[in-house]
Amino acid sequence: MHILRETKMIVNRLKHLLGAGPALVSTLVLWVVPASVQAEWALNLQRPVTEIARVQYDLHMLIMYIVTVIGVIVFAVMFYSIVKFRKSKGAQPAKFTHSTKAEVIWTVIPTLILIVMAVPSTKALLLMEDTTESDMVVKVTGYQWGWHYDYMEDDVDFFSKLTTPQSQITGSETKGENYLLEVDNHMVIPVGKKVRILLTARDVIHAWWVPQLGGKKDAIPGFINEMWVRADETGTFRGQCSELCGKDHGYMPIVVDVVEEAEYQAWLTSQQNSG
Amino acid sequence: MTTTVADHHHDEVPKGITRWLFTTNHKDIGTLYLWFSFIMFLVGGSMALVIRAELFQPGLQVVDPLFYNQMVTVHALIMIFGAVMPGFVGFANWMIPMMIGAPDMALPRMNNWSFWLLPFAISLLILSLFVPGGGPAAGWTIYPPLSVQGGMGVDLTIFTIHILGMSSILGAINIIATIMNMRAPGMTLMKMPLFIWTWVITAFLLIAAMPVLAGAVTMLLTDRHFGTAFFDPAGGGDPVMFQHIFWFFGHPEVYILILPAFGIISQVIPTFARKPLFGYTSMVFATAGIAFLSFIVWAHHMYTVGMPLSGELFFMYSTMLIAIPTGVKIFNWMATMWRGSMTFETPMLYAIATVALFTVGGLTGLMMAITPADFQYHDTYFIVAHFHYVIFCGSVLGMFAGVYYWLPKWTGHMYDETLGKWHFWLTIIAFNVTFFPQHFLGFAGMPRRIPDYSLQFAEFNVISSIGGFVLGFSQLILLVVVIKAIRGGKKASAEVWENPEGLEWTVPSPAPYHTFATAPEVK
Repeated sequence: MHILRETKMIVNRLKHLLGAGPALVSTLVLWVVPASVQAEWALNLQRPVTEIARVQYDLHMLIMYIVTVIGVIVFAVMFYSIVKFRKSKGAQPAKFTHSTKAEVIWTVIPTLILIVMAVPSTKALLLMEDTTESDMVVKVTGYQWGWHYDYMEDDVDFFSKLTTPQSQITGSETKGENYLLEVDNHMVIPVGKKVRILLTARDVIHAWWVPQLGGKKDAIPGFINEMWVRADETGTFRGQCSELCGKDHGYMPIVVDVVEEAEYQAWLTSQQNSG
Repeated sequence: MTTTVADHHHDEVPKGITRWLFTTNHKDIGTLYLWFSFIMFLVGGSMALVIRAELFQPGLQVVDPLFYNQMVTVHALIMIFGAVMPGFVGFANWMIPMMIGAPDMALPRMNNWSFWLLPFAISLLILSLFVPGGGPAAGWTIYPPLSVQGGMGVDLTIFTIHILGMSSILGAINIIATIMNMRAPGMTLMKMPLFIWTWVITAFLLIAAMPVLAGAVTMLLTDRHFGTAFFDPAGGGDPVMFQHIFWFFGHPEVYILILPAFGIISQVIPTFARKPLFGYTSMVFATAGIAFLSFIVWAHHMYTVGMPLSGELFFMYSTMLIAIPTGVKIFNWMATMWRGSMTFETPMLYAIATVALFTVGGLTGLMMAITPADFQYHDTYFIVAHFHYVIFCGSVLGMFAGVYYWLPKWTGHMYDETLGKWHFWLTIIAFNVTFFPQHFLGFAGMPRRIPDYSLQFAEFNVISSIGGFVLGFSQLILLVVVIKAIRGGKKASAEVWENPEGLEWTVPSPAPYHTFATAPEVK
């Protein structure tokens, strides 16, 4: 009697589960099938469009080649030892415990390699930190969770926030091309002009980063950091906040339009009129 | 006759729960530490799986962003303070007295307390996930002002860090006292096994670094509740000062996590290469050199905060210097293998993998040392890949090498070699499937600590998540191996391996409850 009741309960529970089945399966399928159709498989830094980003890219490639060569040599020697000096192949252990010559060599050579790396790195750093003789200034303020841009000399300022709809985030709608990398008001700068960017924040620390324009810098409340960009070409460039700043850290993108000088002036005027 | 009786009485093992609660025996305490570490490894690992499940594809599927941030934070804290650090203290407890010929640790009662602080500390941290506002969500680096915004969970985390810091400092004092005072006659400093050397240096790092962290989080606590403004610019404070103090602790901490692993593989490789360790003296000095440098490189974790040019240059050069002693160590291990007579039991496989994959992490570290390039790498998945190559492949694989190496000594039984090899190959392949693609994600511009990402990052994240799940579940094999070895198996001889160096191999397997009641003579 007791067993019968138990069985009935289990059957009922199974029925219940099966009822929820289709929904469950579709959720699982959604979860398992990768959403993206635009396969990118990007392996390297994004294509640089400023002098700084180009210098960083070249430096990155140089150092990566150096460490790759070192890595390959280390791995080759290890694999050679593993194959050659096995007990199963009758290898007899040598007795040596040190070799001053070898130790000097593998201390001196790395030191020389480091010096080779340090020279271009120092030059690059000097270039990046030189914010003098800029053509214009934009003050960028990070806040939870968006950016505020202030063209102080031209009396233009506006907020810039994510426009990706919630339905795309939760998956009830197909994700658009610029999913999570789209904002309502783009930052606009003229091509070929040295733009000094002042960074600060209203609440917590954020970091402003558009990979193609160069490196990132922290936006810190109560302090002003600076960096500069001079774009070589026009176009739209996208980036993201890159310092954990709370719940919606993943949802505060940056979009910069680089335009011709005339177009920039027109944009400024339209902003001044609308403001 | 009388001695036999006395010895017999001496070897009586206490029974029941009180054996573990009140124990002052270094082997019991070592066992407690190691089990605690393994449990935390699984707990922290499950949190990593929550992260990988959410990142399997773009969009929000599994958790909400705030809980995601809590997982990121608590995963790191548990792995660093719950799994890796106690794991190495477990090795220290078990092996230091046996390797230097001492009967026990110098301060056995304090030893008990150092361990029993841990479960309470970690309970506070896990409890924080269930209080209003949830656990800490500002990353394990708990940078203010973000960490000042958090709820009660942040306070619990601060207390966790205080207690863990106490435990670490007590442990470090004990280790230094033991190594300095209790070595067998004839064991001069330069005759100590390398594991002992790396641990004594680590212990000094702990004593120097942990109080700094305690100070930083205490200031955070008073900023949160007692009206101070150490890190609040509105009150004249400086949020970046927290980062300087934190990383003054944080960088030595990185070496606290890695040096004992270097020690373990320096014991393992000579045994299976059947050849003495190459360049013992330079190993000792390289370890000390790394420890010294670790105190003058901290700001390379924060190149983007807007330091003066001279500061950026200094930290770039000093960081690059670390490559030299680290390179010396790697070359020494390779030279130990060179012209040896190698066999590839599981401990040796893990030791070789540690050297090889730590090299990958070391080389990406060199890339990040270059300040201008780091402005691109900073806070991206490249960093995530780098420090998992260093901490998982350096510290955790080194620990696995040690577990398989000494397990027969601890349990008296050989472990299951087939299962050990399965554990090894699954771990190594799954680890690389998980973390190698993250280098590419970082280059392509994916920031770390985000629950959702734009579509260009989708492919590599799928691969990474699949690898992550295989990696996580493969660790259960280790649990099976250890339990099987405790329960039985082929009896291990005292030497276990072929002519291994060291006093620990002169005592029977399993090691008796008390060893070296009379100090051995070291020639």
